Amino acid sequence: MNRRTVSLLWLPVSAIILYLASITVLQGADNQPPPEEVESLRGAAPVGEVPAAPDLKKYPKEQVPMDLQFVGQPPLIPHSIRGYQITANSNKCLTCHAWENAASTGAPRIGISHFRDRDGKVLADVSPSRYFCTQCHVPQANAKPLVPNTYQPVESLKKP
Amino acid sequence: MKLPIPEFLKRYWHFLTRPLALALWIILAFGFFAGIIFWGGFNTMMEMSNTEAFCTSCHEMRDTVFQEMKTTIHFSNRSGVRASCPDCHVPHEWTHKIVRKVQASKELWGKITGKIDTPRKFEEHRLQMAMREWDRMKKNDSRECRNCHNFDSMDFSLQSKRAAHMHSTALASGELTCIDCHKGIAHKLPDMSGVPGW
Ligand code: HEC
Ligand code: HEC
Ligand code: HEC
Ligand code: HEC
Ligand code: HEC
Repeated sequence: MNRRTVSLLWLPVSAIILYLASITVLQGADNQPPPEEVESLRGAAPVGEVPAAPDLKKYPKEQVPMDLQFVGQPPLIPHSIRGYQITANSNKCLTCHAWENAASTGAPRIGISHFRDRDGKVLADVSPSRYFCTQCHVPQANAKPLVPNTYQPVESLKKP
Repeated sequence: MKLPIPEFLKRYWHFLTRPLALALWIILAFGFFAGIIFWGGFNTMMEMSNTEAFCTSCHEMRDTVFQEMKTTIHFSNRSGVRASCPDCHVPHEWTHKIVRKVQASKELWGKITGKIDTPRKFEEHRLQMAMREWDRMKKNDSRECRNCHNFDSMDFSLQSKRAAHMHSTALASGELTCIDCHKGIAHKLPDMSGVPGW
């Protein structure tokens, strides 16, 4: 084999190598999952258009308390809390739910856990970490879950 | 039969019919018309100062209690009935109204002397001012609330359980009145530590 034929052979070989390489690279690109559809809270409406607002949630004056789903769940609020001030100055909820007021107002007392601070020490009054009630307790409303959830309560909490 | 006219009246009439008494007539007439104008003006002043526009014309009220009231049920609601400042703060009957107005002039004095001319100062005096209102309403059995909310017309069966429970017991027995349970119905509350029930 003279030098000329060797260099002629290189041509198809390099073409084949190039072809195989590009196939593997492109194949890899194909295997990537398709880019996710990102949707902001305002929905798919293009910027510049004003989409219709969702209906406001209804907060009825009072409702039957909802069943608890797990032990230690903060119960939902079965009554309206419109206009109830919870500020550094005053806490309307405690005028009914505090232990000293519960008897005369017929409201369930706040749980023992509400007197414990973050280190587990029991305090004489509501722990500051439990002062802002609506952090954990929200009124019941006709709201759908924001994300899908397949959670099931344990047998003992299930309704017969 | 002829009625006997008392001697002093006769003398008085005689006095008034003398030519010199013309001046007296003029004074009388002047007094009469001045009276009308003063009385009308007084009542107009009373009416004018009894509007929400007047109450909120100074920034002390407009920037604080008025803004707070805007989010409450007495400012906007499904039935469209509005309670304005004087509905809750000024009595309807004349005598009570005058008394309250004279008291309110103290508030104007506070404005002139700059006692509460910033939101910060307002906040500092809020407890004191709120206490005065609570005292007043406690003493008059929440008369201003009752101008609109008639206890006899309340149908407990249509109220929420919590409301009916309280209204049919402590309220019905007269032990407590509206303001005992409904503090902070229209404005932000001051620091409530020390107030009974809070
Ligand atoms: C006027 C008194 C009153 C006020 C003020 C009040 N509640 Fe209640 N609350 C009650 C009563 C009475 C019940 C019981 C209702 C029932 O069982 O139907 C209750 C029930 C609850 C429950 C359910 C308890 C359970 O074990 O199911 C929660 C949670 C609650 N309230 C939270 C709150 C929060 C948070 C606030 C303040 C934003 C508040 N409440 C203000 C009287 C009140
Ligand atoms: C950090 C979250 C959190 C905060 C803040 C909080 N709670 Fe709770 N609450 C819970 C949990 C969890 C439970 C259920 C278990 C228990 O009793 O501790 C509960 C239970 C309750 C119950 C029912 C008690 C019973 O024995 O049935 C009432 C009433 C209540 N809370 C009222 C309040 C009030 C009023 C406030 C505000 C002063 C408040 N909570 C603040 C978490 C919270
Ligand atoms: C000008 C009339 C008027 C006066 C004065 C008035 N109210 Fe009301 N109030 C109303 C109306 C109207 C509603 C109900 C609006 C609705 O439900 O559509 C209402 C609603 C209420 C509610 C129900 C709140 C809720 O969230 O459901 C309470 C509590 C209340 N008033 C207390 C008071 C108290 C306390 C006073 C005295 C300080 C007072 N009102 C003075 C007209 C008045
Ligand atoms: C012993 C306490 C108490 C007294 C006194 C009281 N209320 Fe109430 N009232 C309540 C409670 C508790 C509720 C229910 C919780 C809430 O709406 O915040 C309520 C609710 C209401 C409501 C709303 C009705 C509903 O179905 O929820 C109105 C209106 C009202 N009160 C007006 C008055 C008026 C007017 C007076 C005075 C004539 C008065 N209340 C005196 C405790 C009281
Ligand atoms: C539904 C009745 C109601 C209406 C309407 C109302 N107020 Fe009040 N106001 C009260 C009560 C009750 C208090 C006593 C403090 C409290 O409970 O919040 C008060 C207190 C006040 C105070 C003392 C400071 C404070 O925050 O406690 C001022 C000032 C005041 N009101 C001004 C006004 C003005 C101005 C308006 C009109 C924009 C108005 N109010 C409308 C019921 C009312």
